[in-house]
Amino acid sequence: MRVLRAGDAALLVETGDLVTAHRLNAALRDDPPPGVVDVVPGEQTVLVIVDPSADLDRLAARLPQLRLPEDAAGDAEPVEIPVVYDGEDLDEVAALTGLSRDEVVHRHTTASYTVAYLGFSPGFGYLTGLDPALHVARRESPRTSVPAGSVAIAGPYAAVYPSSSPGGWRLLGRSRLRLWDVTRDPPSLLRPGTRVRFVPREPS
Amino acid sequence: MIEIVRPGPLATVQDLGRPGRAHLGVPRSGAADERAFRLANRLVGNPEGAAAVELTLGGAALRFHRNTWIAVTGAPVPLCIDSRAYGTNAPCHVPDGGLVEFGTPQSGLRSYLAVRGGVVVEEILGSRSTDLLSGLGPAPLSPGDRIPVGSARGLGDIAVDVAPAPPMPETPILRILPGPRDDWFAEDAMATLTSTTYVVSPDSNRVGVRLDGPPLARVREGELGSEGMVTGSLQVPPSGMPIIFLADHPTTGGYPVVAVLASTGIADAAQLRPGQRLRFRL
Repeated sequence: MRVLRAGDAALLVETGDLVTAHRLNAALRDDPPPGVVDVVPGEQTVLVIVDPSADLDRLAARLPQLRLPEDAAGDAEPVEIPVVYDGEDLDEVAALTGLSRDEVVHRHTTASYTVAYLGFSPGFGYLTGLDPALHVARRESPRTSVPAGSVAIAGPYAAVYPSSSPGGWRLLGRSRLRLWDVTRDPPSLLRPGTRVRFVPREPS
Repeated sequence: MIEIVRPGPLATVQDLGRPGRAHLGVPRSGAADERAFRLANRLVGNPEGAAAVELTLGGAALRFHRNTWIAVTGAPVPLCIDSRAYGTNAPCHVPDGGLVEFGTPQSGLRSYLAVRGGVVVEEILGSRSTDLLSGLGPAPLSPGDRIPVGSARGLGDIAVDVAPAPPMPETPILRILPGPRDDWFAEDAMATLTSTTYVVSPDSNRVGVRLDGPPLARVREGELGSEGMVTGSLQVPPSGMPIIFLADHPTTGGYPVVAVLASTGIADAAQLRPGQRLRFRL
């Protein structure tokens, strides 16, 4: 584990992989050291933001010593996301991958996913675990508006748009599950390390 | 209650933002120049985090439908109450029905209008801040909007006549701390960054200050895995032109951060105007 400075009020911890990033994230959330304001996992890092009163040197020395939980997600049941697979880009993804539409859907629903990190917009989780056969590039020109609930893929990631936003990912379908709701606490159904499954549904 | 007669180029409600939810993709947001924002609140006896109005290049006019006290800080903006001039960095009394008008600041970009009792628009995720990146919080203020003012009961007395504020430098020199990804750049990148003058690009906003100047050359190719970003980061996209992240910056990003502003410099960066020059030092 390498601890880098990100200015005078944050440390960026390189964990080497996502699993360790999630374990460090879990340890810091279970027992936050004094002065820690935000803990932000990335693909292979955890950013630890502190308030100005915190002792950054002491924290930098302490982080590599923390006891990390074995498994960040514990035995929590995966979040099941129901999907109607009628996305606008389903045919395009089939063409790009050389698979049939049904095979694209089958591969998307049989994989099990983990939220790597959130970003792009509030509640937008980057899900790892996508079948490598479905790794396709983003669209050349992003859509100006992608509806909330759109189930999409790009590169090695799967995602569900938590709110309406511009977006360049390829749309496979849509879900009625509310991933993001500011009146809920926490507002996001997905958190770093959350396990996810997609379940096909017939259009109603 | 305050009625927005005209908001100027951009006026938003801001407080100290939404810390603690960056892992859910929620930007910190809040006042871009937190130092000026806190001062404005102190001057009217508010808690430092009470919501206030952030003006961009002044230009606003507000009608007060109550007798109260205000203070204006940040970019030194001409201030009139019922056509009479008042100074900034000082508490001013506004009568019921009073019209508060702002000119254009001679220096700086963002001014803060604190009202005794704070403005009490609806809270979203524990904050009244407008986040222009994620769309959380109230929309930017527009003509005809009416924003409620909180109670002054229990607040401290207004104890200061005027708070001395240093003038804003014409060419600010911002201190940076190298990293976390300075090793992604050519050896001379830090020398380039600290020895030349950069110019603020017109497409800067609350998300970031975009800079024009000598590009910083990368030595590492490929993609950096997305990682958490702090306010004050100098993120360098493929163009090589650094962007200084301000309050509404995205929580994670995939471009390397060559250096981060010292915390005390974030307020100065938030006052940079399009076209203005600046320098960096270690």
